Amino acid sequence: MNAPGRQDTFRSDFRVVGTSPVRPDGIDKVTGKALYGPDFVAPGMLAGAILRSPHPHARIRAIDTRAAEALAGVKAVVTGRDFPQASADEIAIGEAEGNAADLAHNCMAQGKVLYEGHAVAAVAATTREIAEAALRLIVVDYELLPHVTGLEEALLPGAPVLHEGLLTKGCKPAEAKPNAAARQALNRGDPAAALAGAAKVVSRRFVTAPVHQGYIEPHACVALWNTDGQAQIWASSQGHFMIRELTAAILQIPQANIRVTPLEIGGGFGGKTKVYLEPVAMLLSRKAGRPVRLTMSRGEVFRATGPAPGSIIDIRLGAQADGTLAGVEMEFWYNCGAFPGGDALYGVTMAVGHYRLADADITGWDVLSNMPSTAAYRAPGAPQTTFAVESCIDELAQQLGLDPLEMRLKNAVRQGDPGLFGLPHGNVGYIECLEAAKAHPHWTAPLKPGEGRGIAGGLWMNYGGPSTAQVSVADDGSVLVTEGSPDIGGSRASMAIMAAETLGLPYDKVRVTIADTSSIGYSMVTGGSRTTFATGRAVIAAAEGALAELVKRAALIWGVEADEVAWQDGMARCSTGDHAGETLTLAAIAAQAGVTGGPISAEASLNAQGWLPGFAVHICDTAVDTETGHVAITRYTAVQDVGRAIHRDYVEGQLQGGATQGIGWALNEAYLWNAAGLMDNAGFLDYRVPVASDLPMIDTVLVEVPNPHHPYGVKGVGEAPIVPPLAAVANSVSRATGVRMQQLPLAPDRVFAAVNAARG
Amino acid sequence: MSKLHVTTTVNGDPAEFLCDPGATLLDALRGNLGLTGTKEGCGSGDCGACTVVLDGEMVCACLVLAAEAEGRSVRTIEGVAEGSELHPIQRQFLEHAGLQCGFCTPGFIVAAKALLERNPDPSETEVRYWLAGNLCRCTGYDKIVRAVMAAAAELRQDTAALKGVPA
Repeated sequence: MNAPGRQDTFRSDFRVVGTSPVRPDGIDKVTGKALYGPDFVAPGMLAGAILRSPHPHARIRAIDTRAAEALAGVKAVVTGRDFPQASADEIAIGEAEGNAADLAHNCMAQGKVLYEGHAVAAVAATTREIAEAALRLIVVDYELLPHVTGLEEALLPGAPVLHEGLLTKGCKPAEAKPNAAARQALNRGDPAAALAGAAKVVSRRFVTAPVHQGYIEPHACVALWNTDGQAQIWASSQGHFMIRELTAAILQIPQANIRVTPLEIGGGFGGKTKVYLEPVAMLLSRKAGRPVRLTMSRGEVFRATGPAPGSIIDIRLGAQADGTLAGVEMEFWYNCGAFPGGDALYGVTMAVGHYRLADADITGWDVLSNMPSTAAYRAPGAPQTTFAVESCIDELAQQLGLDPLEMRLKNAVRQGDPGLFGLPHGNVGYIECLEAAKAHPHWTAPLKPGEGRGIAGGLWMNYGGPSTAQVSVADDGSVLVTEGSPDIGGSRASMAIMAAETLGLPYDKVRVTIADTSSIGYSMVTGGSRTTFATGRAVIAAAEGALAELVKRAALIWGVEADEVAWQDGMARCSTGDHAGETLTLAAIAAQAGVTGGPISAEASLNAQGWLPGFAVHICDTAVDTETGHVAITRYTAVQDVGRAIHRDYVEGQLQGGATQGIGWALNEAYLWNAAGLMDNAGFLDYRVPVASDLPMIDTVLVEVPNPHHPYGVKGVGEAPIVPPLAAVANSVSRATGVRMQQLPLAPDRVFAAVNAARG
Repeated sequence: MSKLHVTTTVNGDPAEFLCDPGATLLDALRGNLGLTGTKEGCGSGDCGACTVVLDGEMVCACLVLAAEAEGRSVRTIEGVAEGSELHPIQRQFLEHAGLQCGFCTPGFIVAAKALLERNPDPSETEVRYWLAGNLCRCTGYDKIVRAVMAAAAELRQDTAALKGVPA
């Protein structure tokens, strides 16, 4: 749907944009031909395996690898000592920040192991069986240290300290705590006074568990590092340039020496924005002189790759009798795992970013503990604080006797309001989303007895950043787009649509290649909901460059000036002289490229600015079985301002997938650590992600409030859909049961206990 | 340890390989036979990415020993299309955008085909329960279920039902 009153600010006469053609990589992916991370084979390849710590916290006194090295078939053994001393200077790691020294230490323990599953040594051998047998011959002398996995426990005086001498970022020394990695704060207005003057104030504590991105493809790579210093890596990831950058930083080699070829990626959701295996495979390869493959098992994925942080959130939120929000005070703690670099910043930024709330005091802490180092997970940091805020708004609406949707409408940000980082909001669409939710039949549909309906809003900032694309015209008039953003959910199709739209060509005249790092200029990771916006802008700019060249060539053919040639419907049209009114098709111009100046090709490298946040509103109906505590999702609608949907089906798919991951976060998913600090549920049987029979269809409404900083209005869609579901589900369950649900997941035992405690 | 010699049939063609006694059918398909369309997501029978059909029964290839394929017939994702002609389930997955990353897709398609061979006219609920052993983390299942329903209608040549499946 178009946002009322906004269509006229932006063109909508598209030919290809907004359609849903079959993706160019489709046949390979439905026939099993597409090569993913674990599928690639290099000639002479060795099988690698990684020895991982069985302890959550221990000092490594010594590692004896002699027996492993002596085993027939073993070609290389690597430990932390093989890693160069990397820099502690801060660098971008996917969507987060950190430093190469910590990242190297996360790839392989150096001095201490900091979580169960922390890599300690690695072997490359002629077969996987020999590599695994060699691991069993490695003797590690551990000095066990006390561990801590709980958030609150990690902050207690006397808690085991992960990194001695670590300074708390963003903190006065007096406020620093041993395991606090960073403090992030937002302070504006006078929340204490606002809350004192509020008609109602709710004061609550919310708790969420660490959850995993749960991509179905485990991490995998093949690396080959020759003695001349040149290397190749074949891997699936959210950014092969990221692999190049981080591997080079860890191993301290020039980036140009590493050529990374992207393999198809089997899901990431933020979790494949940093390296785990690649530097290890590189070191093994350098020692062995042969390509080395490393793959993770599902257990390794759970134990050793980034989950999203669990949280404890204390909040006081006030409102006037008419529902106007009046002051918020929040302090929250996220566990960032074994290394600094967490999500508290975004938790602070997004918490109340969708509301006009002049008086706010929000402090977030990243807290270290003996769990794997967290990684981005779809809108990192936003779902947890939004869960708290949106739950409190729901409760305030109940206490004040207000409609929860109307209360949100009353407070929603609009264009010109102060934005997330102080500058005024641009063309934002939260109001439009709320209005669309209000108009949706779901919102007013009758509920069955025992059912409840919850609503929640939220936002993600989205991002732009650096991308490169090339558009070249073959001499038969077909067009090639070459870019560097891994296709994680149909982006080849979106790029082809945008190039075809720009050039006035049919969709299937444009073919898209995602090139390796040595074949195209830099692009940042596929993350931050940036690819269709930023790489899309690079593709459009490159297509416009090719188009300008096509016009120039047509002018040359006709013997006129370039400004006397127009481009219409995929053809050049002469407006003057003897050839006035004549047309030349793209194919006709391309056929003469050899005599008009050579190949027709254009490249665009840009740092895309002007991204706008995406807002979402979700409506969730649940039926709660009070006998068992089981919660069934009976109806679900996801509304989102997407700016402009380039490929409608894949945009809807982002909303449906994000909502479902959020439902899993709300209902089932949690890391469970036992008293020994070991993960008790490192598999898909016991870490339960939603399955098909858990869910109804997920209805979607695409609100289109276009972004003027993208030629077709794109805002980015991937992350916002996971922000509202935690509260939408919990609010629904609260309304179904009459009991406020403040701790996730809403597993049957927890719901059963809460409902029965309330009944007395 | 000596290897076992296994003679089997894969997608209708004779196949043989040597394997360790502990090797899984998944290892043999992906490693020995180079059929990497069958994916490993968990190795414990929980995700369905390695779904194949063994003598007509849907199984997780990671839970079957390679040696158990001796004398039997295995059908994988590579055998779903008839040559270059996509099976209606494959085509409907594309038409309905029933995949995002595509990693779980081979398992879903093999499982969906097994469903439609038993039940040509499944309800939405029957589709959801049949596919409950296949994990997809990208799509929220909505478009997968629609694709399977559309493929069922196409295979039944039920044009009314086909039109009734929302795009």
